[in-house]
Amino acid sequence: MSAEVAVLGVGMHPWGKWGRPFTEYGVVAARAALADAGIEWPTVDLVVGGETVRNGYAGYVAGATFAQALGWNGARVATSYAACATGAQALDTARARILAGLSEVALVVGADTTPKGFLAPNAGERWEDPDWLRFRLLGMTNPAYFALYARRRMDLYGATQEDFARVKVKNARHGLANPMARYRKEVSVEEVLGSAVVSDPLHLLDICATSDGAAAVVVTSTAFAERYARKLGGERPVRISAISTVTPRFPNTIIDMPLLSTDSAAVLGEGGEPRRTFKESIADAAYEEAGIGPDDVSLAEVYDLSTALELDWIEDLGLCAIGEAEQLLREGETTVGGRIPVNPSGGLACFGEAVPAQALAQVCELTWQLRGQATGRQVEGARVGITANQGLFGHGSSVILRR
Amino acid sequence: MRAAVEGWFTTGPEPALLGSRCVSCATMFFPPVRAEGAFCGNPACAGEVFETVELSRRGTVWSYTDARYQPPAPYVPRSDPYQPFALAAVELAEGITVLGQVADGYGVAELRVGGEVELVVEPLDDELLIWRWKPVTELGEEADQ
Repeated sequence: MSAEVAVLGVGMHPWGKWGRPFTEYGVVAARAALADAGIEWPTVDLVVGGETVRNGYAGYVAGATFAQALGWNGARVATSYAACATGAQALDTARARILAGLSEVALVVGADTTPKGFLAPNAGERWEDPDWLRFRLLGMTNPAYFALYARRRMDLYGATQEDFARVKVKNARHGLANPMARYRKEVSVEEVLGSAVVSDPLHLLDICATSDGAAAVVVTSTAFAERYARKLGGERPVRISAISTVTPRFPNTIIDMPLLSTDSAAVLGEGGEPRRTFKESIADAAYEEAGIGPDDVSLAEVYDLSTALELDWIEDLGLCAIGEAEQLLREGETTVGGRIPVNPSGGLACFGEAVPAQALAQVCELTWQLRGQATGRQVEGARVGITANQGLFGHGSSVILRR
Repeated sequence: MRAAVEGWFTTGPEPALLGSRCVSCATMFFPPVRAEGAFCGNPACAGEVFETVELSRRGTVWSYTDARYQPPAPYVPRSDPYQPFALAAVELAEGITVLGQVADGYGVAELRVGGEVELVVEPLDDELLIWRWKPVTELGEEADQ
């Protein structure tokens, strides 16, 4: 049995700070994905929603909220929450039912309406919630965690603030032609370095914003997709060969947002095999599931919550050796036209983060790229794409799509 | 003044973080586990009994940063206008990396990855005490800088 599912359609609502209800964005994205697939809404037999935790009860039951907004059609429903990996987990839920033969045509939707400024924890006194404690006890914001990782790159691998700025410059250029991107403006290294330092060594323009937005994907069994493609006389659709949503392995020895500490590395003893980090293991599982390796990848969409994090991800995905991502960047290899373009969509640098939609937005971009439809940012001859992201509390995802 | 979280650290002249050691597998945890109903996080261990131990008072800086803008609530600013502060992730001999603010009077200029720091306890606000990391300056190093 093939363990693949087909992506028949993708759609997005443009990212921005629109201040409208998240349901509205979700429906726009869903209708765009259905239209792209050429599928009528009543044909959909499974709806999976990415939960948003900032939009009340409707957000907690996002799958049903979107199903109702599209008009109840009797489909099965599920809602997923996995922090930044929410969209990928929702997609994995759809894939599982399709591969089990329990569903045939699934619509996966993620949408968010975000507040301004730093993402802050929910209100109230919660002395046992690490996400609350890190603010109350330490004033530890998300950018402060990103800055810890960035500083490590500087001290360990000789990265500079100019390198981080170059990531922003590259992604800003990539995003210029992307109609779904929120920020579509060239940025110079000087502008990044001239922006205020938020958490040393990261400047304001190194750090992604929070955005409103929505993304949707229509996934089907490969059998359905092939029947369908024959009917339309079209090309074979893009397929999903892997969705990794693995959790960390104890001990998790790299400090993860929102925690105040790591597990103890003592259990590993001295002189053992070097261990794979959580982020590396997310990618490992994706490659294993797809039966491919980093050399097979044509392009990557990674979670650049900060510019420096993009460099970490390039190494976590095995696209270059540890400590060599800066060199790859400086040589232009991660730019569209280079050896391994990273974030051709413009990445979070151009989008800002819309949590439950973001992992699906990565899948939308890879689909357009693999179909050759990424106008103005097309990676020529793209055959295999990989996504990567990580969220709070042991969540992360990596999705591999192929032509 | 009292510890911001009861049982997480001592507040005497030589303060220390308080960890929990699993009686079955000896794995250490910080923050300490709950007094009742705690389970060992080591997947190879079914331990449910822990003893409290003081963690090393000194460690090495894994990484560091600062907060140039006032963090959102529930962070409580200590002054108006807001004064930035530094933060460090510190590796202890027990194999645990622990975040903390950096002691008053020290900023990122006094920190480096691999540098040594020592635990101190300082006021978090008018009522609560918090652990902080204070850079240890070796004899002669100060003159070099």
